[in-house]
Amino acid sequence: MASIVAVIASTHHPFYYRASTSTGEDRPPFADEWVRKITAFRETLTRANPDVLVMVGSDHFHQLWLDNMPQFLVGKAPFYDANWYNEEREFGLPRMLLKGQEDLSAHILRAGLDAGFDLAFSNELRIDHSVTCPIITLRPEADLPIVPIYTNIFAPPLPQPSRFVALGSAIRKIVEEWPSHLRVAIIGTGHLSLELGGPRQFGPHGPDPEFDRKAVEWIASGDLDSCLREVSLESLHAPGNATHGFMDFMLMMGVAGPGAKADYVDNLDLFHTMEAYFTWYPNGVPA
Amino acid sequence: MSKYLLNKFLYTVDRDPSLVERYRADPRELVTWWEESLSNALLNCPTPEASTWQRLTDEERSALIEHDHCKLFELGAHPFLTLTLFIAMFERDNTEPLEYQKAFGARMAHFSLPYPDIAT
Repeated sequence: MASIVAVIASTHHPFYYRASTSTGEDRPPFADEWVRKITAFRETLTRANPDVLVMVGSDHFHQLWLDNMPQFLVGKAPFYDANWYNEEREFGLPRMLLKGQEDLSAHILRAGLDAGFDLAFSNELRIDHSVTCPIITLRPEADLPIVPIYTNIFAPPLPQPSRFVALGSAIRKIVEEWPSHLRVAIIGTGHLSLELGGPRQFGPHGPDPEFDRKAVEWIASGDLDSCLREVSLESLHAPGNATHGFMDFMLMMGVAGPGAKADYVDNLDLFHTMEAYFTWYPNGVPA
Repeated sequence: MSKYLLNKFLYTVDRDPSLVERYRADPRELVTWWEESLSNALLNCPTPEASTWQRLTDEERSALIEHDHCKLFELGAHPFLTLTLFIAMFERDNTEPLEYQKAFGARMAHFSLPYPDIAT
């Protein structure tokens, strides 16, 4: 059976690529510290020596649209082109091409459907920065095949937070049961408190530092009970109007498992959002 | 109320560089053209299979023509779509980083929770 060699949860910040590659007067003052933190975070994946990456993210109205909106979608394709014109325009993100791992996609779809998750699928998916940001930060060589899994944190009505956790638990079990010798890392990105397109956007820090503090604690300690008790679709409006992206972190807490303490925790208080980085090693910390 | 159609406007204009430029330069021309030629397009289907019933309300049309992002927020347009398109049109005029983004937020200071419902 396949082994899950790392579970990684992270914020995804589309400004990282430009900040980390800019020089001279264009380089923002926070870039060096950010690069240091990302470089250390990247090492937590590198040392796990994965063969395949399951990438959990959320399309930002690029390919998935309101005339036909899936709640949870698994890509099943030999390749995925990546990044879109408006991400190139706004964030300077490069066009990318990633390989797919179709056997694992097929396995996740079949087993997921049989476990009660009516997963949508796509055989031609152009992925966006919710998947490419963690590729850029964690595996900039972009050399490993992926299985993209998209969640709807964006276009209400949304699935309940408990459903994200349950899907994460199911993905953990399904990947562990994949008849393969390959080493799989499961990586998911979301947000802590975040406001976009509203009055609290682009402040000196995230819109709700108290929520961010609690969220980091829940994730780092695997405290699903407290997290599920305090978080609802309604409550997530309060910390910022884009905070439903936190449910992707909850999905990853489901992958890591209840009570699973993260082996690596770091964060960075950036303007307008807090960045946070977590790694779990289900089979123990690699030597 | 046609929140979906407002979102469809923002979505289809944002992803086409030439439409972004037309919307910046002459919003009345672009909105009028869009409503006539694209509002009923089914995006994943051939042109003859268009819808027949999509129409902006007068209030929605005015908000789009006036580049009034506060009104779009009030009407329940998706804030991510509005922000992305407006950054595309106006960030280029910045004299310092994030100047437009911060001013966009400041213009919305009169909104408090709960924000307008964005469910479509």
